[in-house]
Amino acid sequence: MTALRIVAPGASCLVEDLGRPGLARLGVGRSGAADRGALALANRLVGNAEGAAGLEVLLGGFRAVAEADAWIAVTGARGPILVDGVEAPPAVAVRVPAGAELELRPAEHGLRYLVGVRGGIAAPEVLGSRSRDTLAGLGPVPVAAGDRLPIGPEPEAPVALLDREAAFAPVDGPVVLELVPGPRADWFTDAARALLFDAEWRTSAAADRVGTRLEGPALDRLVAGELASEATVPGSMQVSTSGQPTILGPDRPVTGGYPVIAIVAPASLDRVAQLRPGQPVRFRHAR
Amino acid sequence: MTVRLLPSGPDAILVECGSQAEVLALHEALAAEPPAGLVELVPAARTVLVSVDHRVLPLETAASWVRRAAQRSPADGAVAPSSATVLPERAAPVVLDVSYDGEDLDDTARLLGIGTAELVARHLAAEWRVAFIGFAPGFAYLVSDDWPYRVPRLDAPRTRVPAGSLALADGYTGAYPRESPGGWRLIGRTEAVLWDELAEPPARLVPGARVRFRESGSRIGADS
Repeated sequence: MTALRIVAPGASCLVEDLGRPGLARLGVGRSGAADRGALALANRLVGNAEGAAGLEVLLGGFRAVAEADAWIAVTGARGPILVDGVEAPPAVAVRVPAGAELELRPAEHGLRYLVGVRGGIAAPEVLGSRSRDTLAGLGPVPVAAGDRLPIGPEPEAPVALLDREAAFAPVDGPVVLELVPGPRADWFTDAARALLFDAEWRTSAAADRVGTRLEGPALDRLVAGELASEATVPGSMQVSTSGQPTILGPDRPVTGGYPVIAIVAPASLDRVAQLRPGQPVRFRHAR
Repeated sequence: MTVRLLPSGPDAILVECGSQAEVLALHEALAAEPPAGLVELVPAARTVLVSVDHRVLPLETAASWVRRAAQRSPADGAVAPSSATVLPERAAPVVLDVSYDGEDLDDTARLLGIGTAELVARHLAAEWRVAFIGFAPGFAYLVSDDWPYRVPRLDAPRTRVPAGSLALADGYTGAYPRESPGGWRLIGRTEAVLWDELAEPPARLVPGARVRFRESGSRIGADS
């Protein structure tokens, strides 16, 4: 089996597929790529099934050598992609000849590159998925320098010349995300619920696969006291006792004890994965 | 029982019940007849999250299914819907061998104003049920009608709690399936494998399961 030899993983490099849904009752979250659309696109471009395992590279600084000729596609964050020092385009299938080095320089737009590899990363499955859940400590361990990541067998589908969807670079300025009501919206004052949509928020540096904290005005509660822990869905926005919202990510705990005021609509969820620290965020009601 | 259906996005409903007992009863009724398109059924302290693939099971259909199950379930939580499915609720209790030698055992008994021996005896006599799993994969929150005590969490959580530690917090008993940080009060330990990612199911204790503890080995430094 051929492989990718990792020279440098960058800030963080994780094997991710589309996760392991259906196990939350046993305390196991779905996990999976933070930018699911980007992984699915990268996979389609190299002829894989959308849920094949790829690499999620935070910010860049990633270098890997292909042991045999390989097809890859880089989606999600935008920044210089180099194959043996020659710049390659994003969001198309790129040939990496045997012995050549693929390098992802620091991202200029967005935060997380998704790398699809024709054949998929053939790390062992845990509970039906090859995703690393950083909070639960399940799935392939974070990729380190010197690792040899096996590549799976060639899929039947050919490498795609064009995808059905245009790929856009992540937005740099203010990002507008759509929200639907959360289960505990009635725990907050009318003023807080209005403020959520009126205020401009700022992405905190406290952002990872567990959650993305937002800085802004405090969202005041109508109901005091503690909420008994309850299960959350992807994109749930929980509000801490001090009134700061956090958008829960793919590796969130299965249950949480802070009230969820709103939920990021599925169509906006992938954009949360690409928010850079300090980036402004505004919310609007989902149509 | 009366339930509240709370919005939870286009693919889920959060169902709020009146008590932990109602959650157990509703979860049992729902788990007995899962419709196609059901993705997750996640019980917690007062709620059950029903998440679906709305292309297969529209949210409105899921809501009617939940309302029907709630109507069939009495408010006191005692329920026995007829079903061919073998549910953990109906299976024999899982028996876990425990050494009651946890670091916080004596302090916890003192906190409750009872002797260590009494705490252990009450804990052994109680029949427990897995109310839900939270905090970590396979970490079961056990409840019992026979357990009257509420135990405050530690002021400062431990950075490292060994796998198999049996612990108390609030009205719950829990067992740490793997080594992790934790703020529950440690009363003992079990050698049982509580989490095995290669097993089916990977968790030894699943929601609804009945659990008994059996004493194995002697306590050290107990004041009885």
